Amino acid sequence: MKLRSNKKPEYKTLAEIKIGQKAKVVKLLVEGLTRRRLLDLGLLPGTEVKAVMKSPTGDPTAYDIRGSVLALRFEDASKIVVKNLSSRHNEETN
Amino acid sequence: MRRQTSLDTSRKDRDYYQERHEDLEKGHDYLIALTGNPNTGKSTVFNALTGLHQHVGNWPGKTVARAEGSFRYMEKRYKLIDLPGTYSLLATATDEEIARNFLLFSRPEVVVVVVNSTALERNLNLVLQVLEISNNVVVCLNLIDQAARKGLKVNAKQLSQDLGVPVIPTVANVGKGLNNLVEAIAGVASGKIITNPHHFVLRTEIRKVLDVVVPQVEKVAGDLTNIRWVAMRLLEGDIKIRQALENGDLASLAGTNEGASVTKKPIKAELKEFSDRIKAAASPIRESLHDYVVSSIYADAETIASKAVTKVEASKNDLDAKIDRIVTSRLVGFPIMIALLMLVFWVTIEGANVPSQLLAEGLFWLEDQFSSVFRWFGAPQWLEGLLVHGTYRGLAWVVSVMLPPMAIFFPLFTVLEDLGYLPRIAFNLDRFFKWAGAHGKQTITMCMGFGCNAAGVISCRSINSPRERLIAILTNNFVPCNGRWPTLILMATVFIATAFPPAVSSLAASFILVAVTLIGIAMTFAVSALLSRTLLKGESSFFVLEMPSYRRPQFSRILYTSLIDRTIKVLYRAVVWAAPAGALIWVLGNIHVGGETLMTHAAGILSPFGLLIGLDGIILVAYIIAIPANEIIIPTIIMGYMGTSMMTELESTAELHALFAAQGFTVVTALCLILFSVLHYPCATTTHTIWKETRSAKWTILSNLIPLVIAFIVCFGVAQSLRAFGFG
Repeated sequence: MKLRSNKKPEYKTLAEIKIGQKAKVVKLLVEGLTRRRLLDLGLLPGTEVKAVMKSPTGDPTAYDIRGSVLALRFEDASKIVVKNLSSRHNEETN
Repeated sequence: MRRQTSLDTSRKDRDYYQERHEDLEKGHDYLIALTGNPNTGKSTVFNALTGLHQHVGNWPGKTVARAEGSFRYMEKRYKLIDLPGTYSLLATATDEEIARNFLLFSRPEVVVVVVNSTALERNLNLVLQVLEISNNVVVCLNLIDQAARKGLKVNAKQLSQDLGVPVIPTVANVGKGLNNLVEAIAGVASGKIITNPHHFVLRTEIRKVLDVVVPQVEKVAGDLTNIRWVAMRLLEGDIKIRQALENGDLASLAGTNEGASVTKKPIKAELKEFSDRIKAAASPIRESLHDYVVSSIYADAETIASKAVTKVEASKNDLDAKIDRIVTSRLVGFPIMIALLMLVFWVTIEGANVPSQLLAEGLFWLEDQFSSVFRWFGAPQWLEGLLVHGTYRGLAWVVSVMLPPMAIFFPLFTVLEDLGYLPRIAFNLDRFFKWAGAHGKQTITMCMGFGCNAAGVISCRSINSPRERLIAILTNNFVPCNGRWPTLILMATVFIATAFPPAVSSLAASFILVAVTLIGIAMTFAVSALLSRTLLKGESSFFVLEMPSYRRPQFSRILYTSLIDRTIKVLYRAVVWAAPAGALIWVLGNIHVGGETLMTHAAGILSPFGLLIGLDGIILVAYIIAIPANEIIIPTIIMGYMGTSMMTELESTAELHALFAAQGFTVVTALCLILFSVLHYPCATTTHTIWKETRSAKWTILSNLIPLVIAFIVCFGVAQSLRAFGFG
């Protein structure tokens, strides 16, 4: 899911992060209760996350967030803008 | 206490009765609250502390379950209340509100926060918030064994220093550290241990605002010990706190029970001025207030966690990731899942065979003894018939059929749960449930339903959103429980398989069983989808599924608790529901009106209807009487066909086949019976459980009506179309 906002190329959403890659949260594109829930889980700007596994059906994907592995659905992960931290060599494509 | 009327499918804040400290504490010396993130082992701690001295009710005015229990320590009695597991106390959703308001208004003497040591930062989010509301906190640092496996060492002493409250490391599921925990709770409750709770460092922006707001709150409400928290809630627009302020109740929120300051009820003018002042103070950060609060808390949590947690060695637990990669892989994820479930079914069916037979022999031998006793006393035939051949036999049947499979299935299921595998199933199948407008956790409740639908309905408590929980409850019955398997297996082997050449007959039987399971699951999805687009329309709730680390199941503990638990439940069910049904069946088979038994009469009336849907009158009578217990359906049908005066079992399948065939029973009938068995209304226990869980007559009735209508439609369709093609 591509954003139409002014984001630089190395910024993507958490949903676009491949398994094994690390990313740092930049901002949340959603308000209201969902925003609060994401914040409660510790997905604040500056937080480092890692994509750990993906369901065989393609959705949801589980991320290592501050020590726990939490699964988030695509529609929520795609509202989290992140900066991809993984270098090309460390990537493990799914 | 006001009783809630129905499952609230909207997110409207329901006005509910806040219980008073004195009422909750009645009969005990101290009131203790248990909080924590989900998946921290909070229920394990609760169960370990309270044992059998617990019961589950509801939060007044809500449909959220509440576990209450008690324990004794050094001559003092402690009442323990389990608050809903939450990640925070800030959000405006039901669980958070319940927890927050309980801590604030019911003022427990001690608040125990159960923390997952492997994810300290996020757990500290809740701890730091609790420390704002209450001074008397004990932190239970649970799952330290898992932390060790991840190569993490958590310094409880350092943590205790930084937080200002006792921090007790525990491994709750083996009982380690629990004595220390109880000691700490007792110490804080009695005042022997004095706490000095740490208050999280605020971001500059908020601090500036609070510097202005806190004095305003003081002016209006008096000196409160948790005034910083109250001020923050007021800034965020918390209605309940606001109401408390206006009613002059805020003084009762003072952190300690003794020495509460004078109750001050602010006058209207004061309130107006107060509102204006805080609005003005807050306006620069209005938009980001919540963000700032959370980031302050997490910044503090990070600092504290970094001091307390050290990584001593590389994680020994890459095994987790390796297993997960296989178990959720595109290639083998699903096959493994299906294979595991098939294995559980197979072990249950095979393993239950011999015990069921033995139990049956034993219980029916007992029946004969009872018979002799009755005759010896010269009791009238009808009394002996009613009590021994009706009531007792019904009971005996249910126990011998139900107990062995349940005693195998549930421990197996609990092993999978203890292992940590169940969330992976939910993870794999969530997409389908999302499409159906339901929650991923419905996977797990559905799997529970294979064992017992009543247990499946209870397990729906794990789904927070009322709408999604209701969908899970209403569709649970579409998966056949242990009680229905014998019927399905019998029909499949005796009637369907025999219609095929012997070489493939057992294959055909297995195929039927698998197909039937899949039909049940497919129907679950279909009806969930239907419900979420019609009667239970609404948005999907925020979905997050925690994937815990794999851990070794506690086999002996599981065997013990699961076995005892299930045995009690089966016996209870047999006595309460099946025995009366047995009595009723005997009555129907033995009261003669106009030369024929009541059963024959009833069958006659229902016959045309039965034939329409591919069954017959006797079968329908059996299903109606056997509402309490699916296990006695076949014996009742046999009784009906044979015209005997009691439920009967036939020894050989050939005999069975012959008897049924003589009554016009064909392959089509068998097929429709199988379908009807899977799709029909829930048994009495399940219906009763649905009533208890939803407290709604409407939904309980629908939980029976929807499957029944579907069963009719499907059976009608199948029967008519097969007959059109010239079969049976």
